[in-house]
Amino acid sequence: MLEASDLSFAYNAQRPIFAGLDLALGRDERVALAAPSGAGKSTLSKLLAGYLQPTSGTVLLGGKPLPKRGVSPVQMIWQHPELAVDPRMRLQDTLAEAGTVTPELRERLGIRDAWLSRYPHELSGGELQRFCIARALATQPRYLIADEITTMLDAVTQAVIWQVLLQELHERGIGLVFVSHSRALTKRLATRVEVLGI
Amino acid sequence: MQRKPSEIAPYNLPTTDALGHPEMSSAAAAQPPRNHSLIEHSSTQEHHHHAHTPASRHAGGHHLLQVEGLNIGFTLYESSRRQGDDRQSAAAGKGDDGLGQSAGAGRAQHVGQDSKAGQAPFFAAQAFLRARQNLVPVIHDLHVSVHAGEIVAIVGASGSGKTLLADAIMGMFEPNATVKGRIWFDGEEQDARSLAQLRGNGISLVPQSINHLDPLMKVGKQVQGFAKKAPIAGKMRENRAKRLPMREQDLSAPGHSQSLSGRGTRKERVRKQQELFARYGLTPKVAQQYPFELSGGMARRVLLCCALMDNPRVIIADEPTPGLDLELARLALADFRDFANAGGGVLLITHDIELALQVADRVAVFNDGTVVEETAVAHFASPVTLKHPFSRALWHALPEHDFAVCEAVDKSALLPFDGDAPC
Repeated sequence: MLEASDLSFAYNAQRPIFAGLDLALGRDERVALAAPSGAGKSTLSKLLAGYLQPTSGTVLLGGKPLPKRGVSPVQMIWQHPELAVDPRMRLQDTLAEAGTVTPELRERLGIRDAWLSRYPHELSGGELQRFCIARALATQPRYLIADEITTMLDAVTQAVIWQVLLQELHERGIGLVFVSHSRALTKRLATRVEVLGI
Repeated sequence: MQRKPSEIAPYNLPTTDALGHPEMSSAAAAQPPRNHSLIEHSSTQEHHHHAHTPASRHAGGHHLLQVEGLNIGFTLYESSRRQGDDRQSAAAGKGDDGLGQSAGAGRAQHVGQDSKAGQAPFFAAQAFLRARQNLVPVIHDLHVSVHAGEIVAIVGASGSGKTLLADAIMGMFEPNATVKGRIWFDGEEQDARSLAQLRGNGISLVPQSINHLDPLMKVGKQVQGFAKKAPIAGKMRENRAKRLPMREQDLSAPGHSQSLSGRGTRKERVRKQQELFARYGLTPKVAQQYPFELSGGMARRVLLCCALMDNPRVIIADEPTPGLDLELARLALADFRDFANAGGGVLLITHDIELALQVADRVAVFNDGTVVEETAVAHFASPVTLKHPFSRALWHALPEHDFAVCEAVDKSALLPFDGDAPC
């Protein structure tokens, strides 16, 4: 169970992004976060993944706070893959950040061997996003946070990525929180929709 | 293969490219006659790889914008290339069909050897001298056209070269690019220089990335641009005086010789910028801000204003809607529609197929560096009316439809998916 209880966050003390927010999901759920721009969807994602600390309230995983050291069991995949990888590292090294990535996983995500020795700028966004997903999955996470991960991709790549992800989530029993502006996509993926807003 | 400066973009040299690669020039052999503007087009006729729609107009008997046989390749160093490999890469570069695929296969082999041999030999002096560049084709044999009064949406796989097409039409080239093919604007064949002059003087770009804004300039000033007369070659000035559409025509009348370029006086430009900002919900305060102070959606709207500022005849919009919420995206697209209805042409490069179908007249489906199908929007209602397998795959992949992945599409991601294959 990933639980956020009475969660508040403010970048600027005068203007809290949200306050008193509760969210809980199990490992068999796929929760969509729906809200207009600026309501704090990405901020909530970062809180859940432990990138930000809440102003008040707690994020608990199985009743315990997220570990402060080591690989987080809650992994986040970002909207802009080109900003989530080191531009000066070959992608095989980027993948190695997560430990061993099995060739089977690479194959399922459609990562070609030829891409491994390239740098991020030599790949398209869809190709890079596959690396980011492989990296997140290879850490054996219990929950994934996906913040608009296919917004910049074409429909076919979007379908490819989600088909693989759904399958992996199902097989490994990973819970998902995702953000998407597309109603059709949300309807496809979500088992539950949470609407943010004060 | 010797390295040469490649600032030349030889639109006007159809027989050889800057690097002398004969394999890239074969597409130029099957070109239509030069005087394309003299060919009569009837409204139902199928030609240039597409069918017409009711909105398609051949003002003056020609397309507003036409691209034929476009090839773009990049000269790249291949890592750890050895003498024995040259033969393979030459083979990989030959043949017009499936250029991208065969070159990709060649590269895969080199990387395989790379991991065995390691990096060390590259630094030995002799190996360094043998380092080769070769031409990696990205766009091959591409045909697309925009009629007066219509929006052509370009949809397709990411990484398939859609932005490169926009850059080629705008006359913007990477230093290591080799560009071949023919582009007509308003019935006149263009070369690299004249395309550069048309930039902002007839063809405007809405760029994909907000990084295209000058970070050190207030956005109001950026949108206004300069009021001074733009340098226009004699032929083009004459051309523009004859054919300029809409509001610009008044300006180019006698007595307005200062505004012959159509850019208007400073006052006019300031007013226009304020009108555009108001229309897109940007407050006057925004004009005094720098790009880093804007949100993604605001920056996107500023880019849109830039393009609409110069009364273009053709707008190339490269992913204009991500980051905009649905209402703003619809407003932007509605403006493109109005622009087209007034006689302009829009090339709308987008991933958002659903949104594109609402405003576009025709759809060009892009895959592996070429347009595989140019078809009417109505044909996107059902996969049955789509001709090319990739178009059908795109249809099936939409979350509104099947959200399914067809194996034929992406060979790199052979996915075991449940149920019957829909395509």
